[in-house]
Amino acid sequence: MDISKLPAWGAAVIVVATLALAWWLIPGLHQGGDKQVADQFPADPFPSTYKPRPSQPTLIRGATVLTGTDKELANADVLMQGGKIAGVGVHLDAPSGAVVIDGKGKFVTPGIIDIHSHLGVYPSPSNEATQDGNEATKPVTAEVRAENSVWPQDPGFTRALAGGVTTMEILPGSANLIGGRSAVLKNVWATTTQAMKFPGAPYDLKMACGENPKRVYGQKGGPQTQMGDIAGYRAAFAKAQAYRNTWRKYWKTKAGDPPDRDLGLETLALVLDKQIPVQMHCYRADQMATMIDVAKEFGFRIAAFHHASEAYKVADLLRRNDVCAVMWADWWGFKMEAYDGIPEDIAMVDHAGACATIHSDDPIGIQRLNQEVALAMAAGRRMGYRITRAHAVAWMTRNPAKALGILKQTGTLENGKMADVVVWDGDPFSVYSHAQKVFVDGALLYDRDNPELSPRSDFELGQESNGHTGGAGQ
Amino acid sequence: MLCGSSALAQPPAGVVAYVGNTGIPGPAPVLIQNAKIYTLGSQGTLANGELLIMSGKIARVDINSLPMPGAKIIDAKGKPVTPGLMVSNSELGAIEIDLVGETNDSGPGQDLSAFDADGTDSPTLKETIASAAFDVSDAINPNSTLIAVARIRGVTRSLTAPAIGSGVFSGHAAVIDLGLGPNLVEKTRVGMVANLEPAGGPGAPSRPLIWAQFREMMDDAREYQAQRAAYHRPGGARDQRSSRIDLDALADVVEGREPLLVYVNRVSTIRQVLAYCRANKIKLVILGGSEAWMAASDLAAAHVPVVIDTELNLPNTFSDIGATLKNAARLDAAGVLVAFQPQSNGLAHYARTITQIAGNAVANGMKWDHALAAITRNPAEIWGLADSYGTLEPGKDADVVIWDGDPLEVTSAPTAVFIKGQQMPMTSRQTALRERYRDAAQQNPSAGYH
Repeated sequence: MDISKLPAWGAAVIVVATLALAWWLIPGLHQGGDKQVADQFPADPFPSTYKPRPSQPTLIRGATVLTGTDKELANADVLMQGGKIAGVGVHLDAPSGAVVIDGKGKFVTPGIIDIHSHLGVYPSPSNEATQDGNEATKPVTAEVRAENSVWPQDPGFTRALAGGVTTMEILPGSANLIGGRSAVLKNVWATTTQAMKFPGAPYDLKMACGENPKRVYGQKGGPQTQMGDIAGYRAAFAKAQAYRNTWRKYWKTKAGDPPDRDLGLETLALVLDKQIPVQMHCYRADQMATMIDVAKEFGFRIAAFHHASEAYKVADLLRRNDVCAVMWADWWGFKMEAYDGIPEDIAMVDHAGACATIHSDDPIGIQRLNQEVALAMAAGRRMGYRITRAHAVAWMTRNPAKALGILKQTGTLENGKMADVVVWDGDPFSVYSHAQKVFVDGALLYDRDNPELSPRSDFELGQESNGHTGGAGQ
Repeated sequence: MLCGSSALAQPPAGVVAYVGNTGIPGPAPVLIQNAKIYTLGSQGTLANGELLIMSGKIARVDINSLPMPGAKIIDAKGKPVTPGLMVSNSELGAIEIDLVGETNDSGPGQDLSAFDADGTDSPTLKETIASAAFDVSDAINPNSTLIAVARIRGVTRSLTAPAIGSGVFSGHAAVIDLGLGPNLVEKTRVGMVANLEPAGGPGAPSRPLIWAQFREMMDDAREYQAQRAAYHRPGGARDQRSSRIDLDALADVVEGREPLLVYVNRVSTIRQVLAYCRANKIKLVILGGSEAWMAASDLAAAHVPVVIDTELNLPNTFSDIGATLKNAARLDAAGVLVAFQPQSNGLAHYARTITQIAGNAVANGMKWDHALAAITRNPAEIWGLADSYGTLEPGKDADVVIWDGDPLEVTSAPTAVFIKGQQMPMTSRQTALRERYRDAAQQNPSAGYH
């Protein structure tokens, strides 16, 4: 382009634009020489290196499709292309070179999301060397991150994949009032945790109500009581407020040396900024109500109450405050605060219009969350609710995605979302059905009919005996 | 049984006392008609049959409809009818809340730390007395709320076994029914629980040391039996390290009358205990048994039953490397008598998961009717109840369940449950909680997808 031929104002625009571009492209010019920190807390030091596995365009044809959006489509097709959902409907055309899967008699659902798992941090085998889920040294350990404990070779990941689980939130345990940050992982075989890390998924903070912190710290300086628990959270967030103010003041004035970094308070400050929501382990209705008040006092957001055995007692409170309840289908009674758990919990919370979600908290349960949803759905139907399977499937797909803040990326079968897809060999809410093919970002990572696609962790290699082969579908 | 059997108990409210042909008053006979009856007995499955319950027993199972004046008629509308289910290796009746110590009588030394996937630390109760002498029948609480929770899901019997303690032996198991009581204990000293799997961790005994402790106590028990009178005479021989009450507890075991219920997973140890019991003429039942399928033919040849949780497929420890979902199918195909336990992380609270446990065995290769047998007829045989329970055959106790669908399916549930002929209320503490809060969960605009 010859700028001499442009009118003067045009040339001026180009010159200014060029200078502006240089300003942005040349490091240092736009950052200001003396500015050492951004005006915010530092970014993620363990960035995701996850890359979708190579995939082929794939058309599942003529299946019963539960979309996760309250729709059941009979004799419908699902198209995956470039790792994304490219079509859900009837009579879709297969792009050239596409793999076509006959879906006759089969069901298709979004990949299952387990919002509460300890895979990798309490892996198999379970022994002293592998118990990395609770930093039970003091009641507030906001500085720790589950991702730094995850052992990617946990065979449990492969079994969960065979159960149709494509995304998991790995949480620290519940020994502590504030247990640390979660890790949201895609269920892909990898040698590093970073390579499993769900790109763009927000961190969450794990906190725990009730008996566990009391039991662990009651004789070790407290908390010893429920009121001690609550005082503990409030004290921690009060400190975080002060910490955040100190940094804000520094960012504004740049006067003197920057304040000392405190990794725990940094995490809590991000919670106060609503950049990190809280996943809150609370069994009892009164505990949930109290924690909603604490969250209001400090202005943080509780995304969900986990193990919410008594959510059915305060379903309306949860709905009004837009907090999900993360529940089991039928666990109860193992401790006092779980004594009032009932099989209708999920259905009642859902019926009241609140966000209901299944979870496993268990390396065996994670393998059949579809059965757990079926139990919960059937319990609801027996008490007179009309619950379609198109709706119930959301308890293991859409709702956990919502509670994790990743609903834009996954959790339903909608165009443009990650192609996290399960093909079932029958109704997923039957005990006799299996996840037959599991796709993560469009890549077929588990195939029940192909031993080559039945992943096995490093731990399992060479452990075969008597011709036993192991693997995900074992 | 010390207290009155349910056949003589008062009928539940609303049931008119019946004086039948025998002249014995009791609950009115019940005739279940139009049912798909899985007898698990010589009559096989009746596509459309009827079953008569009288005086607490099954009086008749037939494809023909015969009039029964005065009987309460239940139309099953073609739905399945099965024997009441039995969980094996449960803690039903011995526990209310795991972590509330005074309600947890499940074993001589409950390890309360093992309950939670979170792995939080908890105190371990140590045995303060000898543990072979622990008898779980002393713990059974007929008012436990867990009984009704399991009962309304079709469970009518439990082999309630002591939880593993820190020692080798944990005591006697018992068979209970899940009726209205007051006495639920059906049979005591049904088996002696022993654990041969190392607990792990610093200072815990190794596998050979556990084996030596096991052999020493068995040897002591034999010696003690041979000279019991002398032991109790002043100045008598007291060479045994074990305490008297433990040695007495093992008497029926060493003499081959009471089976040894051995918790063991690693196949090498399964083979070891199999050989020991064969050589010493001791009856053996394997509990746990995650690698039992590798020794299936030997277990079948020795007629040793195995009790498993069919969902365990992870190398939870180095003793479970061979754990597989196909364990049940492989053992069954080899001819091993298999029974199922509830989900391992809640042997009492999750007794109702026994149908799911059986369904998952089917999903992984076991024949459907064999899986149903593993929670009815097989446990009846293993625990010595086959004369009175386990099939729908005339003369047996009327433990009968009518289902709203396939009994092994996760969406199914019973519509009626009979235990020893008595129709059970379909209520529990959980249904009471549900009803109290039903209105609190009134329908609101759905959180549906927008």
